[in-house]
Amino acid sequence: MRMTMLKKFLIAALFVPLAVLASEGVKLDRAPDRSTDQAALQNGAKLFVNNCLNCHGASFIRYNRLKDIGLTEQQIKDNLMFTAEKIGEPMGISMSRKDAKEFFGAWPPDLSLIARSRASESGSGADWLYTYLRGFYRDETRPTGWNNIAFPSVGMPHVLWELQGEQVMGAEHKLTLARPGKLSSKEFDDAVGDLVAFMVWMGEPQAQFRKQLGVAVLLFLGVFFIVAYAMKRAFWKDIH
Amino acid sequence: MSSTNFEKYKSDGSLAGNVLEWVDARFPLTANWKGHLSEYYAPKNFNFWYFFGSLALLVLVMQIVTGIFLVMHYKPDASLNAAGVPVAFASVEYIMRDVPWGWLIRYMHATGASAFFVVVYLHMFRAMLYGSYRKPRELLWIFGVFIYLCLMAEAFAGYLLPWGQMSFWGAQVILNLFSAIPFVGDDLALWIRGDYVIADATLNRMFAFHVIAIPLALIGLVAAHILALHEVGSNNPDGIEIKAKKDEKGIPLDGIPFHPYYTVKDIVGVVVFLMVFSIIVFFAPEMGGYFLEFNNFIPADPLVTPPHIAPVWYFTPFYSILRANTVNFFWIDAKLWGVIFMGLGVMILFFLPWLDRSPAKSIRYRGPIYKGALAVFVVAFVILGYLGMQAPTPAYTLVSQICTVIYFLFFLLMPWYTRIDKCKPEPERVTQ
Repeated sequence: MRMTMLKKFLIAALFVPLAVLASEGVKLDRAPDRSTDQAALQNGAKLFVNNCLNCHGASFIRYNRLKDIGLTEQQIKDNLMFTAEKIGEPMGISMSRKDAKEFFGAWPPDLSLIARSRASESGSGADWLYTYLRGFYRDETRPTGWNNIAFPSVGMPHVLWELQGEQVMGAEHKLTLARPGKLSSKEFDDAVGDLVAFMVWMGEPQAQFRKQLGVAVLLFLGVFFIVAYAMKRAFWKDIH
Repeated sequence: MSSTNFEKYKSDGSLAGNVLEWVDARFPLTANWKGHLSEYYAPKNFNFWYFFGSLALLVLVMQIVTGIFLVMHYKPDASLNAAGVPVAFASVEYIMRDVPWGWLIRYMHATGASAFFVVVYLHMFRAMLYGSYRKPRELLWIFGVFIYLCLMAEAFAGYLLPWGQMSFWGAQVILNLFSAIPFVGDDLALWIRGDYVIADATLNRMFAFHVIAIPLALIGLVAAHILALHEVGSNNPDGIEIKAKKDEKGIPLDGIPFHPYYTVKDIVGVVVFLMVFSIIVFFAPEMGGYFLEFNNFIPADPLVTPPHIAPVWYFTPFYSILRANTVNFFWIDAKLWGVIFMGLGVMILFFLPWLDRSPAKSIRYRGPIYKGALAVFVVAFVILGYLGMQAPTPAYTLVSQICTVIYFLFFLLMPWYTRIDKCKPEPERVTQ
């Protein structure tokens, strides 16, 4: 009887997360994991600064934090630091909130944490961004002329259209490339993969160090467990 | 285990001995050491379920220590900074990014909140398995339920502080519940919020509750809980009193000194707990959105209501009970019924010692009815917890209504079904 109760409990505990996974409808493309690829992160930083950082800020990232992805202070100052005077300043923008609201109808959100906030049952935040940034298509009913499969009626126009080209909504809700851009579709997916990797990095710059430290902590606790267990056995020898 | 029966320490002539004698003449140091540790006799047959009391104490200490360091850098301020982000939200990210080791302290504190509830739920389940709330431990159990209540208030106030979307809208839902109370409700909700909406005033008072008021109450209650435990002695998996059989020196035959036996055993439990805890902190601090909700990485915005507002997992069983009430009944609004039943759902725990009429305390010697009832209760509680995270659908609402009925029937029918249950005879001495 005790076993059946335990079993029921375990079965319930196992099926709860599965039911959560099954409940979502939107299918997200899986973003490549480039969290440890410094060249990809640097390319992502370049794409981010050139394309995103004009309307969106990243106010929790200081420019000198980019040293963490393998850049020198001089490289950052020369190539990436367009919106600040000092290397310790955050990646802000000069557009005011009021103007932004007038231009776009909404304030373009700060992107420091976008990868973390966009996670859901249907995929990681990276998956969502990867699908979203590749999911723009021509829609003349929208004020900007663009719509998006991951974010219907999105306020943002397709900033990367020169690279990707123009997609249109085809039959069975599938996107097709109507006019090619500067990059082939494979090259574009690759570039977006880098950009998404950089945005994931921005969400938690110390994430890689966290995982490395975790391994060390667990190794220590493993040794500690052996010692603690041996001590318990020694003390409890005579208790029957 | 009254601490007055112990002899004062006599020095052996060494310096350390002299100091100890001087202290002991002025403070009950050895009396407390012996009464609560080296001569506190605990049953020798504690099993897996008995780790969670000491683990709860560990988590409490960890939350207080990490909390102190967080308060050094956190700012309870809802106004917007130069980048248009609320200061409170930005200060949490400042801790995560710019404060040395801040990310670790913050993750430990956030994971610690969920760990606290995991450990406390298992600790309470242990009491239900082995009848630890039964005479003479009723008051011990009541202190425990008060601790659980404080913990819920502490977690609620703490969850507002990061000032993310879920912080804001979760608090909005819960604080609005007060307005369901007839006549005084709206004024009461206004008084609690300190403003017409959740705002800076609310954030600041929740900060005060979270870092001062509730922790003080919590520490006092934990002390009372441990004192009450050491007065009556620990229960055990056999549910029999070890004090009934003593040797000629008055020491229980099945008792062993808490120190060193259970201190060394609990250290093993602590290490295993820390391993699980570290796996979450270092490799999955968001725990798939269960410990840190994804929406809470968006700063609070009073103008944008999230499509789906779910409390953190430890509140969801009671949130489900709240939402299961969908019928206006006896001229009373469904919302008020929800608040009443949610409140009763917690309050009913206080009466558990008197609802249980079984001749046997431990599940080992209870009959099939209680075993079945407890299993169904646990399943219903888990289902309620799951449904509390989901957006309501008619089918889900029906399931949560059924589970709510099961939840209450488990307690309300207990005086009847525990009495007719066929129990096995309890043993004279504890079994291994």
